[in-house]
Amino acid sequence: MLKNPPVGQPAIRVEGLRVVRGGRTVIPGLSLEVPHGQVVGLLGPSGCGKSTLMRSIVGVQKVAGGVVEVLGLPAGTEPLRHRIGYLTQAPSVYTDLTVRENLAYFAAVVGTPRSGIAHEVTWVVDMVDLGSHVDASVGALSGGQLSRVSLAAALVGAPDVLVLDEPTVGLDPVLRRDLWAIFRRLAADGATLLVSSHVMDEAVRCDRLLLMREGEFLADDTLAGVLASTGAADAEQAFLALVDQARDRAAAGGTTTSEVSS
Amino acid sequence: MSPRLMLVTAGRVLRQVRHDRRTLALLIVVPCVLMGLLAWIYADTPVFDSIGAPLLGMFPFLVMFLVTSIATLRERQSGTLERLLTLPLAKADLVGGYAIAFGALATVQALVAGTFAVYALGLDVAGQDWLLIVVAVVDALLGTALGLFLSAFAATEFQAVQFLPAFVLPQFLLCGLLVPRDRLPDVLHWASDVLPLSYAVDAMRTITVDASAGADVAKDVAVILGFVLVLVGLGAATLRRRTD
Repeated sequence: MLKNPPVGQPAIRVEGLRVVRGGRTVIPGLSLEVPHGQVVGLLGPSGCGKSTLMRSIVGVQKVAGGVVEVLGLPAGTEPLRHRIGYLTQAPSVYTDLTVRENLAYFAAVVGTPRSGIAHEVTWVVDMVDLGSHVDASVGALSGGQLSRVSLAAALVGAPDVLVLDEPTVGLDPVLRRDLWAIFRRLAADGATLLVSSHVMDEAVRCDRLLLMREGEFLADDTLAGVLASTGAADAEQAFLALVDQARDRAAAGGTTTSEVSS
Repeated sequence: MSPRLMLVTAGRVLRQVRHDRRTLALLIVVPCVLMGLLAWIYADTPVFDSIGAPLLGMFPFLVMFLVTSIATLRERQSGTLERLLTLPLAKADLVGGYAIAFGALATVQALVAGTFAVYALGLDVAGQDWLLIVVAVVDALLGTALGLFLSAFAATEFQAVQFLPAFVLPQFLLCGLLVPRDRLPDVLHWASDVLPLSYAVDAMRTITVDASAGADVAKDVAVILGFVLVLVGLGAATLRRRTD
């Protein structure tokens, strides 16, 4: 499944991204590079701009400025639509169809040939462990099962880049562990994953962390690096320490921390 | 644009409706019940034969307008539209898929209502009966196309439902059913000339009174189909991949 990533070119490149929503600047200027095969955790409280950044990367967000490229192409352009999988925060599948009907439709849309659709559906259904519910109506499933159907829909066609907005929120610990195992497997096969969460303890599962607050990155490092630089015991304390540092800096210098990785 | 994706999308929409048995039943039964009621109200008078045909065009138009508006609004609100717009699906594939699916339902609905009106209720017109059914199908398609286009401007269900009194009832008032169009005040007459429902009612009236008016009816049908194409095109053009 590894699709020969071009050497030296990042899977995701964001430079100087600025997003204004309803007259309010949600992202003042973000830059980011994600190499192929990495699992990057985008962590931060609700409303910090995680979803807006993800929507910009998949190309459905109006942006006010900056560059967003995926696999070397401008975000949202036609050739990328076969190669990117997007999981919206709220489950986005058809509740009046069965699991199979949903996934077969999305498989057809991403270009799976008619003869391969049944196989593709079985593959993703097994991956999210919904084999026993494949002919159940999605509206009759539990909340956790519903999010897994939505995740499965993002996985059809084995996209090179997966942008997953809070895929594990509200799921039980066993299921969360299983999903992270899937994400690791996909990355091992060459996929690049950007996974958001507002639960800081998911940090341990990622190759790299982006701690985000008010549209800016407070940190961009491995978990070990973040812990070492803050002296904190876990990701949550590290995040709080970084928020305090940023506040102190702002109070001392009268400037904000908008110069992120330039 | 891909015919395959358009058909796959139409299949998915039809599958959704198939799971919703009550909606399916309402779609087929309601226009028949309304026609039956109309025939009953005007029992033993010639009125049913004179307004039956125009209303046979009106009911499927109304029903398909509402159903299509709500269906496309649901697609947007459920997040599935946002997901689809990140995938290799052209906007025309999506709108076209909806048009095909609801167009197929509209055809069945108009066929059943038309057959019921002519054979069960004895609707008697000067022109051919099959022309009635053709025009009813085209009117139902018009309702679908108008719903597809207008639902792009509705942010909530409340707005979508109010588009019926806002955009459909004025057409009903001006279409010539209450006052013949040539007796309307000039400004309203001009307005009625650019509203699609006027042509639907014109066609049905012609069939009602004229035994050999195939050419006139064909002209009206062509105008309505033109509206359908323009509205579907506008529906695709106004869909935005990037939103705020």
